[in-house]
Amino acid sequence: MKILVPIKRVVDYNVKIRIKPDQSGVELTNVKMSMNPFDEIAVEEAVKLKEKGLASEIVVVTIGAAIAQDVLRTAMAIGADRGILVTTPLATDLGGLEPLAVAKLLQKLVEKEQPNVVIMGKQSIDDDSNQTGQMLAALMGWPQATFASKVEKVGDTLHVTREVDGGLETVEVGLPAIVTTDLRLNTPRYASLPNIMKAKQKPLETIDSATLGVDTAPRLKMIGLTDPPKRSGGIKVASVDELIAKLKNEAKVI
Amino acid sequence: MSILVIAEHSNSTLRPSTLNAISAAGKLGIDISVLVAGHGVSAVADALAKCAGVTKVIVADSGKLEHHLPENTADFIASFAKTFTHIVAPATAFGKNLLPRLAALLDTQMISDVIDIISADTFKRPVYAGNAIATVQSSDAIKLLTVRTTAFDAVATSGGSASLENMDTSSVTVPANTKFVGAELTQSARPELTAAKIVISGGRGLGSKENFAIVEKLADKLGAAVGASRAAVDSGYAPNDYQVGQTGKIVAPSLYVAVGISGAIQHLAGMKDSKIIVAINKDPDAPIFQVADYGLVADLFEALPQLTEKL
Ligand SMILES: Cc1cc2nc3c(=O)[nH]c(=O)nc-3n(C[C@H](O)[C@H](O)[C@H](O)COP(=O)(O)OP(=O)(O)OC[C@H]3O[C@@H](n4cnc5c(N)ncnc54)[C@H](O)[C@@H]3O)c2cc1C
Ligand SMILES: Nc1ncnc2c1ncn2[C@@H]1O[C@H](COP(=O)(O)O)[C@@H](O)[C@H]1O
Repeated sequence: MKILVPIKRVVDYNVKIRIKPDQSGVELTNVKMSMNPFDEIAVEEAVKLKEKGLASEIVVVTIGAAIAQDVLRTAMAIGADRGILVTTPLATDLGGLEPLAVAKLLQKLVEKEQPNVVIMGKQSIDDDSNQTGQMLAALMGWPQATFASKVEKVGDTLHVTREVDGGLETVEVGLPAIVTTDLRLNTPRYASLPNIMKAKQKPLETIDSATLGVDTAPRLKMIGLTDPPKRSGGIKVASVDELIAKLKNEAKVI
Repeated sequence: MSILVIAEHSNSTLRPSTLNAISAAGKLGIDISVLVAGHGVSAVADALAKCAGVTKVIVADSGKLEHHLPENTADFIASFAKTFTHIVAPATAFGKNLLPRLAALLDTQMISDVIDIISADTFKRPVYAGNAIATVQSSDAIKLLTVRTTAFDAVATSGGSASLENMDTSSVTVPANTKFVGAELTQSARPELTAAKIVISGGRGLGSKENFAIVEKLADKLGAAVGASRAAVDSGYAPNDYQVGQTGKIVAPSLYVAVGISGAIQHLAGMKDSKIIVAINKDPDAPIFQVADYGLVADLFEALPQLTEKL
């Protein structure tokens, strides 16, 4: 089983973002960037399947600026075998490369690499779209098992437990298929120093997105990016009695 | 303007999220059709026909649509989608699973998690865990939106008189490579988390699944729903469908009580539009206090039982 894992370089989840004064986007200069957390989970799952002898090769792909290759190296340090960087001049968070365009670029790579499974994040924590996996599945005509909290290989199929609003649901998907990860699927490991060193020797191919024959022009125009309405902090109450009194008499919510 | 709302339902009952989606559609225009795709859905269709604002209920009743698998459902909707200017679904696990697939089939860049409709082609949506609000204008021929249920008041479930139209489902395929195996749904007599007026949420501070019961006790006293932080779910104190936040459920009740929750931005993203926020935490510097209307610095194991008893 060959696995392709698309990973995205995003602002680290611990960073408090700042909006640019001209409202065109988020300030990214000198900001800590990391692999999208859901994609770390995807890489970890692929590596686990390989360690169990169920996967033969893990290829990681990122679409972004040249610097995005740092997340490919991280993924290779965790255990991916090789990386593909697809370069684009467009921003990948907002106002640039959109999920549909990402899915179309990934489609070209899937056609070329012919993986049996694509494991990817359910959501990027910058654009919060939660679209790309489902779109890629549609473009390929493949089954989709989204929001996975458990993946089991059963014969030639995957049994995927999905996190849905009412609890959990299990689907069986035949291969090839797309799986998108949810938080409970696994806990990603940290790359060890020797593995970080070894990852530097692993093959990394660069492809210019312009050569893939995909129209990546944005369909959405960013009119502006603004701060959300601020909540003004309230007061501290000294006791449970005071809290109850406030909720009853002031807020009138109980 | 001709709008299609995709209903979320369990075949036998309508989910409240659909009422919010219809309400959002009402901001786009008055010609609103609602699609009920499923199996044995006549009660759902009848309920929808009575909802305020609905012009037409389109019923696609087939065993092949019973489990709402996006593979064949999206193909089916794509076959007649082009007669609409907008397609709207709730931004729930159901809508998030289905709509992007449909969007790709229609070669459309859909818009997730819409919180405000400015005009027929311009929408607001939160990004970066709700720390920024983007206004975007779509140039696609059909606009596909998932809408955040907390941002649009539910339409009334009475007063409407929509027509019913049964669709021919003979062209619906059986998904060749996907099979529904089963579901393990959380059983609870409490109100649904995303629609509840009061939500009591517990975090890592609860320390164990057994201790988490004190959150549930308070909730039951108040007729509230129970939520949780990611840390509480990851640690097994609460089921996955309790998670509130950027990548869990979005809630905006009249009263949200956060117990033993620090207030990470990913958690705030799911609850900061609540009307009144109460935080109970023993750390006076916990970030949750920055958004709380009423903060109680206390050991939750003392404060919570007291609160439950005195209410
Ligand atoms: C990609 C990604 C997505 C995420 N999505 C979500 C999401 O959707 N929802 C979400 O909630 N989180 C999410 N998180 C996790 C988030 O970053 C935090 O880790 C999480 O919210 C912390 O949960 P917590 O507040 O329960 O735990 P902690 O941060 O550990 O806080 C526990 C709190 O309990 C208090 N406490 C402990 N004991 C007591 C006591 N006896 N009495 C009173 N107070 C006590 C402590 O003072 C502390 O403030 C996400 C993270 C990532 C990376
Ligand atoms: N620029 C990108 N490069 C590689 N993978 C991406 C990119 N953008 C999105 N993805 C993948 O698609 C998933 C969902 O992203 P989104 O639809 O943007 O929320 C991510 O978790 C990644 O696995």
